[in-house]
Amino acid sequence: MSAPDPADVARYVDEVAAVLALAILPECREGVVRNLTGLLAAGDLLGDFPLSDEETAPVFEP
Amino acid sequence: MNPRDGMGIAADVRARRAKARETTVAALARIRDRDPGLNCFSAVLEEDALRDAAAVDAAIAAGRDAGPLAGVPFAVKNLFDVRGLVTLAGSRINAGHAPASRDATVVGRLRGAGAVLLGVLNMDEYAFGFTTENSHYGPTRNPHDPARVAGGSSGGSAAAVAAGLVPFTLGSDTNGSIRVPSSLCGIYGLKPTYGRLSRAGAALFGISFDHVGPLASSVRDLAAAYDVMQGPDPTDPVCAGHPVEPCLPLLGEGTEGLRIAVADGHFATRGEPEVFAAVESVAKALGAVHRVTIPENDRARAAATIITASEGASLHMEDLRTRPLDFDPMTRDRFLAGALLPAALYLRAQRFRSWYRAQVRKIFREVDVLLTPTTPFPAPRIGQDTITIDGVQVPTRPMLGLYTQPLSFVGLPVISVPVAGLGPLPLGVQLVAAPWQETALFRVAAVLELYGVTAARIVP
Repeated sequence: MSAPDPADVARYVDEVAAVLALAILPECREGVVRNLTGLLAAGDLLGDFPLSDEETAPVFEP
Repeated sequence: MNPRDGMGIAADVRARRAKARETTVAALARIRDRDPGLNCFSAVLEEDALRDAAAVDAAIAAGRDAGPLAGVPFAVKNLFDVRGLVTLAGSRINAGHAPASRDATVVGRLRGAGAVLLGVLNMDEYAFGFTTENSHYGPTRNPHDPARVAGGSSGGSAAAVAAGLVPFTLGSDTNGSIRVPSSLCGIYGLKPTYGRLSRAGAALFGISFDHVGPLASSVRDLAAAYDVMQGPDPTDPVCAGHPVEPCLPLLGEGTEGLRIAVADGHFATRGEPEVFAAVESVAKALGAVHRVTIPENDRARAAATIITASEGASLHMEDLRTRPLDFDPMTRDRFLAGALLPAALYLRAQRFRSWYRAQVRKIFREVDVLLTPTTPFPAPRIGQDTITIDGVQVPTRPMLGLYTQPLSFVGLPVISVPVAGLGPLPLGVQLVAAPWQETALFRVAAVLELYGVTAARIVP
């Protein structure tokens, strides 16, 4: 995986936010794109890392 | 009587050498005098405090046990429920909520032990920050230099102790929010093991990492407050049924038998030189020469950041949809970005957390207490967006969590201790132990304080 292109992230923000009924106002858009780009880059750092059989199911007692 | 020595106050009040009411009146007067220049308190509960203090005095006059913290003034971050008060959690949005109908569990336990609640303290909105630069209520200023931040998100909690307004406070810590301000303000701060202290009645932020804990002007006060708050709580599903393990009686035990090491790699780079000098002075005093390496800390921070953003956003989704402009601009865009994260990334971050925990568990088979810096630099100026470390310009605010975030990611207990003999601004060192080994941390912290290697910096 490679670091996300901010232009792609901007398009993702516009389209996904609309589907989620999350209005991204003009004064927020640049900050949201910048922060989401950073979060997706953090995700890339994890995507590159080999994980085998780590169990992560939440412990739930019925 | 020293107004900054909580256990000293309790001893005097219990022995009838002092009155809780007089202690409270004096503490309230100091808050009136000092707090306008610092902005630690978001509400001072004068009437309630005087009533509670009078009740402590009445109990003692009647020969009853008023509790181990009888008459000790304290205050809590404004994300803890206090009966009759609206829990702001640093937000304007919550100002429209109904007042809390009961105290948070830990607040109730402290009051039940005779401590007198003086008020609630400023913080980053919804605990999403390391600097307490709150746009709604103003920044909390560092008592050692009011042009600088107090750290955050429990900034009011740390500054109130460092300014000598109260001997101890409560804060919360998701990625470093007790330890960072403790370091920048020069006081002791404990983030216990994840699940040790009840979060019931505390506003949550990153539910996988949220911890509550005390900040104090001495190891003794830190232990006394922590001991009173311990114990299972059926109203908090995260609070484990772990037995109470009092630390106050162990403060004189010394460090014999404890294997103490210094963390290198990630924890020995990207900080100001004085930060590593502080670690070395603590290591030297403890005779710690062994070095250990925790691997993959940048990935641990990346995973913690993803989980925090996602969980934080999910708690505020409805407000993000309907009233985004009522959020603090310092948090708003980060919450909105978190709301848009794909679930697969969140789950991968949780899988990485299990891998990282396994590495940390291996290390703590060989070591009992690990030393690391708390923050990579002392308090930055209010409004300072970037800082240059090793010739590289980096964003100031997230960088403050460089050394704290990987440890809360896997719920380890940590005390940040204020190192003595440094420059004009304070700095902390983290004492880190395996899960549930808070007793080892307190034994080490007590020795460091006794020998003057660490000392809270309380402004006169």
